[in-house]
Amino acid sequence: MMNLTLKVWRQANADAKGKMETYQMKEVSPDMSFLEMMDVLNEQLIEKGIDPVAFDHDCREGICGMCSMFINGEAHGPDRLVTTCQLHMRKFKDGDTITIEPFRAKAFPVIKDLTVDRSSFDRIQQAGGFVSVNTSGNTQDANAIPIDKHDADKAFDAAACIGCGACVATCKNASAMLFVSAKVSQYALLPQGKVEATDRVLNMVHQMDMEGFGNCTNTGACEVECPKGISLENIARMNREYLYASLKG
Amino acid sequence: MALDSKIPKGPLADKWTKHKSNINLVSPANKRLIDVIVVGTGLAGASASATLAELGYNVKTFCFQDSPRRAHSIAAQGGINAAKNYQGDGDSTHRLFYDTIKGGDYRSREANVHRLAEVSTNIIDQCVAQGVPFARDYGGLLDNRSFGGVLVSRTFYAKGQTGQQLLLGAYSAMNRQIGRGKIKMYNRHEMMDLVVVEGKARGIIARNLVNGKLERHSAHAVVIASGGYGNVFFLSTNAMGSNVSAAWKIHKKGAYFANPCFTQIHPTCIPVSGEHQSKLTLMSESLRNDGRIWVPKNLEDVKAIREGKLKPTEIAEENRDYYLERRYPAFGNLVPRDVASRAAKERCDEGYGVNKTGEAVYLDFAASIQRYGKEQAHVKGLDENDAALVKKLGQEVIRAKYGNLFQMYEKIVDQNPYETPMMIYPAVHYTMGGVWVDYNLMTSIPGCYAIGEANFSDHGANRLGASALMQGLADGYFVLPYTIGDYLADDIRTGKIDTNLPEFETAEAAVKAQLDAFVSNNGTHTVDYYHKKLGKIMWVKCGMSRNTKGLNEAISEIKALREDFYKNVKVPGTTSEFNPELAKAARVADFLELGELFAKDALERNESCGGHFREESQTPEGEALRDDKNFTFVSAWEYKGEPAKAQLHKEQLNYEEIEVKTRSYK
Repeated sequence: MMNLTLKVWRQANADAKGKMETYQMKEVSPDMSFLEMMDVLNEQLIEKGIDPVAFDHDCREGICGMCSMFINGEAHGPDRLVTTCQLHMRKFKDGDTITIEPFRAKAFPVIKDLTVDRSSFDRIQQAGGFVSVNTSGNTQDANAIPIDKHDADKAFDAAACIGCGACVATCKNASAMLFVSAKVSQYALLPQGKVEATDRVLNMVHQMDMEGFGNCTNTGACEVECPKGISLENIARMNREYLYASLKG
Repeated sequence: MALDSKIPKGPLADKWTKHKSNINLVSPANKRLIDVIVVGTGLAGASASATLAELGYNVKTFCFQDSPRRAHSIAAQGGINAAKNYQGDGDSTHRLFYDTIKGGDYRSREANVHRLAEVSTNIIDQCVAQGVPFARDYGGLLDNRSFGGVLVSRTFYAKGQTGQQLLLGAYSAMNRQIGRGKIKMYNRHEMMDLVVVEGKARGIIARNLVNGKLERHSAHAVVIASGGYGNVFFLSTNAMGSNVSAAWKIHKKGAYFANPCFTQIHPTCIPVSGEHQSKLTLMSESLRNDGRIWVPKNLEDVKAIREGKLKPTEIAEENRDYYLERRYPAFGNLVPRDVASRAAKERCDEGYGVNKTGEAVYLDFAASIQRYGKEQAHVKGLDENDAALVKKLGQEVIRAKYGNLFQMYEKIVDQNPYETPMMIYPAVHYTMGGVWVDYNLMTSIPGCYAIGEANFSDHGANRLGASALMQGLADGYFVLPYTIGDYLADDIRTGKIDTNLPEFETAEAAVKAQLDAFVSNNGTHTVDYYHKKLGKIMWVKCGMSRNTKGLNEAISEIKALREDFYKNVKVPGTTSEFNPELAKAARVADFLELGELFAKDALERNESCGGHFREESQTPEGEALRDDKNFTFVSAWEYKGEPAKAQLHKEQLNYEEIEVKTRSYK
């Protein structure tokens, strides 16, 4: 069992001024997940009549991409290849002080405490993150076009992005290049997506810029903190796609 | 009201084709005049929204998450079934239909299930066209694997993230329509009630979760795609926010609720580790393709393992009890979920559980690692007798197939499943029961539809693995978009529905009153306190094994708990801000009503079938004993003011194509 000091960002709403608050946590089990520890904190706060800490979470198995805390200066905390919900308290030790902040970026305004608005990611996808095929089912047989297994695997690896925004929160410029490039790559690698690759990359990058995300300076921090291990290669591929599309356009 | 399932006449295999050609259509020009509300953005909701918008309807879609991509379909792991017969192993539409009816223990509707099997192949074509990166072989064609309860390989997959890839496919189709302005998307909005005008569903009251404001939204039809209610057990593999509220609200407005007691307890989940546990994590059924389930044969070994004196890898082959292979030689480790779960419980109840709580069995990959390793060594022309090499090669194959699941297990349990067997135990996973719908997927409220897990129609008393994704997408892409037109054809001259109608006013006032009561209650216990108590009652008395005494106790305990909840629940904050505790309180209030109906339904159904096991109804060997004479029906409950007064309607199930037999996997 561990005793911990939590320093948590509290902000009543988007317009309020936020600040760090300190809470003591006693008898934390190392088998708890980080969010279960936050559940216990909130139960205690409610019982004391203090407003509980608002944080996003849903599936608690690392796939929905909803949880989003910046823990001790790292998106999703100190463990690698996991989201906050899969981070376990055994990664900390008795007496530790843990700082918990929201994912910060101009394009991710705070809603309350640790909850931020990531709908800018949705809007980037709406600008072109799809294949323009009707959902009537009247397409050709699924096996009509064989796809090189290596390309299919690479497309899958890019498609594994959960849209959590850790890359943006980690980047010193709050760039969304890793997120956007993962989607661009997935489609560019597949014959079904190639058809409209030109418009897709131009439209998605344009929307990304409109949302106020920063530029990429290739430091690679995003790749390190990405819970799904999305590779920087995707950014290189998107840059090629973008250049080609610009010349063509 | 009498139940009319509206199953079309004629031979089973022709019903859907004929029905599609006979139902009314709405012209493209008139579709522009019609609004449809979709609640939920999982596979069913997202695919329905995209398709309805593409057809030309004005769609408004709601989800409580911060983005439609977060819906819990995203967490489905293993795969999606389709009768493509790419493997040439004897699969067909009929076989998928038959397996599903048998898997559901003869408690689902033939016509719906046949339609599902028919459209299953279309789903795969559609998803590939959307850029869903399914697993492929080296020839570039789609790969398949096998799931429980079947003897063919018909499951398409994308590693252990099939649900994620399918949902992102449907989400991308939605995004295309949102970009075109055909779908108006409402993120972080929760449906609080259904609005019924002159007997028809005409809108919803929604709450903006960010600022707490109540909103009125009108439409000509309302589609509920809000998923299942497994969270009534508190601990389940569902997401934290998964809830019954949308389905329950329409139930209270007149939609019948069918087979609420049919719950799927999934055999392979990570066991509970402590009191603080907030949810359970599934380990995909696909693992049973390569994992063997066992417990020690001798109780001394069990004791030594629990005390940490013995490792599972040290137990000799002859001292292991591969109980599924022993009891069910034909299907072995791939028996259906209900059978596998009960068998695990039986061993653990007898004292053979292998962790501290006594509630865990092993899922062991050592044999597969050996087999694959040898195969790889042979293919690569390497030494098949080099044990270290074979192990390494075998582990690589397993990693390629299940890498993310193994990583997930290791992060949660802190043990390496490549080296030591996984520990698993059954957990609540899926609900076959749900809102009663007819063949057109319409509920007993005209204009109100239920699709995906939210309805009851296709899985009977037990769902086969990889069939939930199939049903969600079948309903959303290929069934509802046809059937809803038949109803909406009468609405082309209706015009916009006015949100100032008194029905909207009344519904909004009732929602406001409930929320105000919560925040001004000044009680003593948190919402989770009640949710956990409810979960415990459900798990102990309405879980894997049920009996008359326990169910009667559950009914009265839940009622008492509900009364205490309204008196003593403490909800912080106000109604006009981002207040997750308030949202949770409203959801738990509905679980506290559903739980009672669940127990009532389980009590009424005095037979064992699928996931519903009544101790009073079993064979001498302890297998489930169905009572076809008295229970070949769907229970459809009508709300009458409180769960205890719910009135039972029976939809008799007629099997014309399939001979009803004892379900055997031996």
